[in-house]
Amino acid sequence: MTDALVELHRLTVNFDDRPVVDHVDLRVQRGDIITIIGPNGAGKTTLIKAILGLQPISGGALKIAPGLTIGYVPQHLTLETTLPLSVRRFMLLSGRSHQECMEALTKTGVEHLLHASVHRLSGGEKQRLLLARALARRPDLLVLDEPAQGVDINGQAALYELIRSLRDELNCGVIMISHDLHLVMAATDKVICLNQHVCCSGYPADISHDPAFIETFGRPVAESLAVYHHHHNHSHDLHGDVVSADHDDHTECSHAHH
Amino acid sequence: MPIIDAVLGDFFWRALIGGLGVALIAGPLGCFVVWRRMAYFGDTLAHSALLGIALSFLISVPLNVGVIVTCVVLAIALVLFSRSKTLATDTLLGILAHSALAIGLVTLSFMPDIRVDLTGLLFGDLLAMSRNDLLWIYGGALLILALLTVLWRGLLMSTIHEELARVEGVPVERLRLVLMLMFSIVIAVAMKIVGVLLITALLIIPAATARRLAGNPEHMVGLAILFGFIAVSGGLTMSWHLDTPAGPSVVVTGFAVFLLVYGSARQVQT
Ligand SMILES: Nc1ncnc2c1ncn2[C@@H]1O[C@H](COP(=O)(O)OP(=O)(O)OP(=O)(O)O)[C@@H](O)[C@H]1O
Ligand SMILES: [Mg+2]
Repeated sequence: MTDALVELHRLTVNFDDRPVVDHVDLRVQRGDIITIIGPNGAGKTTLIKAILGLQPISGGALKIAPGLTIGYVPQHLTLETTLPLSVRRFMLLSGRSHQECMEALTKTGVEHLLHASVHRLSGGEKQRLLLARALARRPDLLVLDEPAQGVDINGQAALYELIRSLRDELNCGVIMISHDLHLVMAATDKVICLNQHVCCSGYPADISHDPAFIETFGRPVAESLAVYHHHHNHSHDLHGDVVSADHDDHTECSHAHH
Repeated sequence: MPIIDAVLGDFFWRALIGGLGVALIAGPLGCFVVWRRMAYFGDTLAHSALLGIALSFLISVPLNVGVIVTCVVLAIALVLFSRSKTLATDTLLGILAHSALAIGLVTLSFMPDIRVDLTGLLFGDLLAMSRNDLLWIYGGALLILALLTVLWRGLLMSTIHEELARVEGVPVERLRLVLMLMFSIVIAVAMKIVGVLLITALLIIPAATARRLAGNPEHMVGLAILFGFIAVSGGLTMSWHLDTPAGPSVVVTGFAVFLLVYGSARQVQT
């Protein structure tokens, strides 16, 4: 077994003696994509801030591999407008070369904004810029707090696809928070459903049948996800490898081409 | 050299040379005050300078040392206090700023055998600039510019986004302390030019003026230094000819430039 990048053991964070993250166990290795889902206020952001060392922990143990380079995309990016800052300068402040920064911007599709001011970007553009900055650092661990918020529908699927290909390219671990259950279910290795404590976790295909999941998200959501999986255009064999579905399946949902 | 001696022998030239040295460091630090919304914080530190002076007389250490140490101690106390969040930060700053000023004034009044020029301390004094002060100013400027150059990326990054900076391994807390130390130095040396009450103005007016025209942080720093030079040389000239107090004259000049720039220039798009 390879060494873990991050290992949590019964990690707990209290605010005013109220546990917001309650006895969470988690292990992230290179190549893992772990998605944390859960309702608002469930403690997802608090959990990853604890992992990043931004939030003091109240109990349990947190082990981070030494010398880890972490790329972080925060949930909110509020920048002081009195500080003039271009996309280019913001990227270069990562300490990486111009070329590495350009490549990262190209990957997330915002290279045309190189000379724009960061204060004038749209929500989705800002999100892509943040991801580019995290990438430029060639991280061992990517920590993404709702990376697809504000990204357009086509962009969202592409973004999750990009995250997966980055995982392969950099051989990094990924921890991400997401509310896009449908997309997440298709793109992740492991889902953790958090509601203060871990209420269930496992492979996406299994989790939607979990009683705890159904209780947290309600039966309609769980069923829609289960249905979604039924129509999915690939399935997993016993080893977890992806096998293509029959071609017949595709004709039903093929796009209209002109 | 006789020419240098002649220049340094003239109090107006000493004040001008000193003032330009102060503007040189007030530019970049003023930008940080604006970017980090620390105007009121800077004001509080500046007000405590008077307390520093009183204490230096009391235990007979050089004034600059007393002021710097007092400012650093107060800055650290402020950072620690504001974390506890029992009082809103602006209330806390308001209390400390004026209490420090009041305690300083009361302490000074207890020392009748020491003659201090209170007006000069509060509003700046053209005549007050000694050769020794010039050494302090340029020594401080050299130290601050060196620190800024070495620590620039970390300082900028922790100003732009503290959490990103932390994750990237920037020692945010240590840099905050260094910044406090630099503020304390600039307050100790700027006191001679503009006086305790107007130091914050010398920090933020040139920086705010520069924001209108700047496209990136370094550009803003450069312009802030330039506007600081204009304010200092204009203000001291005014003070010389019209016999007005140095500090207010410098601030008035800076403010006039601010109005001019905001009135006429089209804002740069960043
Ligand atoms: N600094 C803080 N002090 C006190 N309470 C806090 C603090 N930060 C977060 N909380 C509380 O902790 C709980 C969890 O917050 P957190 O931001 O982790 O939720 P989340 O799961 O990320 O929610 P969302 O999906 O809305 O982003 C919330 O109830 C919030 O009010
Ligand atoms: Mg959150």
